[in-house]
Amino acid sequence: MSKTWKRVYPNTSMRRVAVVGAGKTRFGALADRDLRSLAVEAAAKCLENGHIPPSRVEAFYLGNFAGPSFVGQNHLAPYVASACGIAGVPATRFEAACASSGSAFFHAFLGVAAGVYDVALAVGVEKMTSQTTARVAEILASAGDLGGEIKAGATFPALFAMIARRHMHEYGTTREHLAAVAVKNHANGVRNPDAHMRKAITIEQALAAKPIAEPLTLYDCSLISDGAAAVLLAPLERASEFTSAPVEIKGVAQTSDYVALEEKEDITTFRSVRMAAEKAYRMAGVSPSDIEFAELHDCFTIAEIMALEDLGFVKKGEGGPFSAAGCTALDGRLPVNASGGLKSKGHPVGATGTAQICDLVAQIRGEAGERQLKRHSLGLAQNLGGSGATSVVTILSAA
Amino acid sequence: MSTDKTLSAGTVYTETVVYSPPETFAADAPYQLAIVALDSGGRVTARIDAHSPEDRVKIGDRAEFIEFRKGIPFYRKAQ
Repeated sequence: MSKTWKRVYPNTSMRRVAVVGAGKTRFGALADRDLRSLAVEAAAKCLENGHIPPSRVEAFYLGNFAGPSFVGQNHLAPYVASACGIAGVPATRFEAACASSGSAFFHAFLGVAAGVYDVALAVGVEKMTSQTTARVAEILASAGDLGGEIKAGATFPALFAMIARRHMHEYGTTREHLAAVAVKNHANGVRNPDAHMRKAITIEQALAAKPIAEPLTLYDCSLISDGAAAVLLAPLERASEFTSAPVEIKGVAQTSDYVALEEKEDITTFRSVRMAAEKAYRMAGVSPSDIEFAELHDCFTIAEIMALEDLGFVKKGEGGPFSAAGCTALDGRLPVNASGGLKSKGHPVGATGTAQICDLVAQIRGEAGERQLKRHSLGLAQNLGGSGATSVVTILSAA
Repeated sequence: MSTDKTLSAGTVYTETVVYSPPETFAADAPYQLAIVALDSGGRVTARIDAHSPEDRVKIGDRAEFIEFRKGIPFYRKAQ
């Protein structure tokens, strides 16, 4: 392990790290719940899963995109940590748009790997549905370039619509390819009791849905949700003190890129995803063909297609046909978003990164119920911020 | 877009028609947005001045700068 790490992070004395607890709330439009109660529920479930009291947590990492805008509260990390019964330890909020809790998780990993902490808790949370859809769109848009693309009238659906247009132009990706992603993720979500929208849809419904930003329709867009997800990290060598089913973090990396779409040389690929993937694969000592299943950031259907390409699962331009051929279905060659993904499970943006980790952990432990996959020992999660300005890629395996 | 960029004519790199606008632009929808690759270098995200669907641009079309309206660069399909 240390040899492969050296090629990514120079300190070869970094410790191997395990996920030793996971917990999350149901995702949905949860009118009777506030931000803090969601985060507390996820954290409490996670600590219970790791068989420790809150007093054992040595560092608290909160992933949250826009609590100050959505609910007005600032200074969120100690606000949430103290409500979880965690006080006296460093409590810090990480904001990286939709990759906020992926980033919180990455930094929790670094703290444990470096030997600074033995017990770190990463919690992601977002409370979105107390605002009108138009206001939510405005808050989300603040993750784009306010002085340029957003000022001109872009929304996030519009940015990904422009990405989709160019991808279609260069690679022949079709509306049917996009719709296939939505249909598959909705079918998976039906099997997930914690999913926001447990509703199967047909290709025809997806194609005929109302346009949001051409060529994207309503069913190409993920959901506006409330929810929280938490992950407990500890050194691998001490994992058995917490759980009989530890999951090892084999590789994890965070990268960045320009915020504005117009600044990116090629918008049919996310360079930040390719860079994070390359580091995570190298660190884990595995290649894309070794990965058995994945949770990918399908904020829009085109994003799942591009992730398949940028992560090296298929060649550039083949993400659409690969999806339409059923290769990413539960019984496909590479099951993607068995949870239902952001499309159907829901996308409380600050909770998505840690929720993906929880979903991988459930699969690896064989606890995924009706959506349990046959091959589930090596999984990958990809968390994207904005239109690719932050990326986090994580590879987990049974320990 | 940084304000120091010189806006020239260019070629449409990508585009979309927005049907679900932010509140500020509710009265304009549907409207077309495009990223224009400028002849002078760089790209700009601009609004397309289109009074009917025939005025809209496609990838590869030539587009010319009209003016800034409330700070937003407006382009139109080149004749």
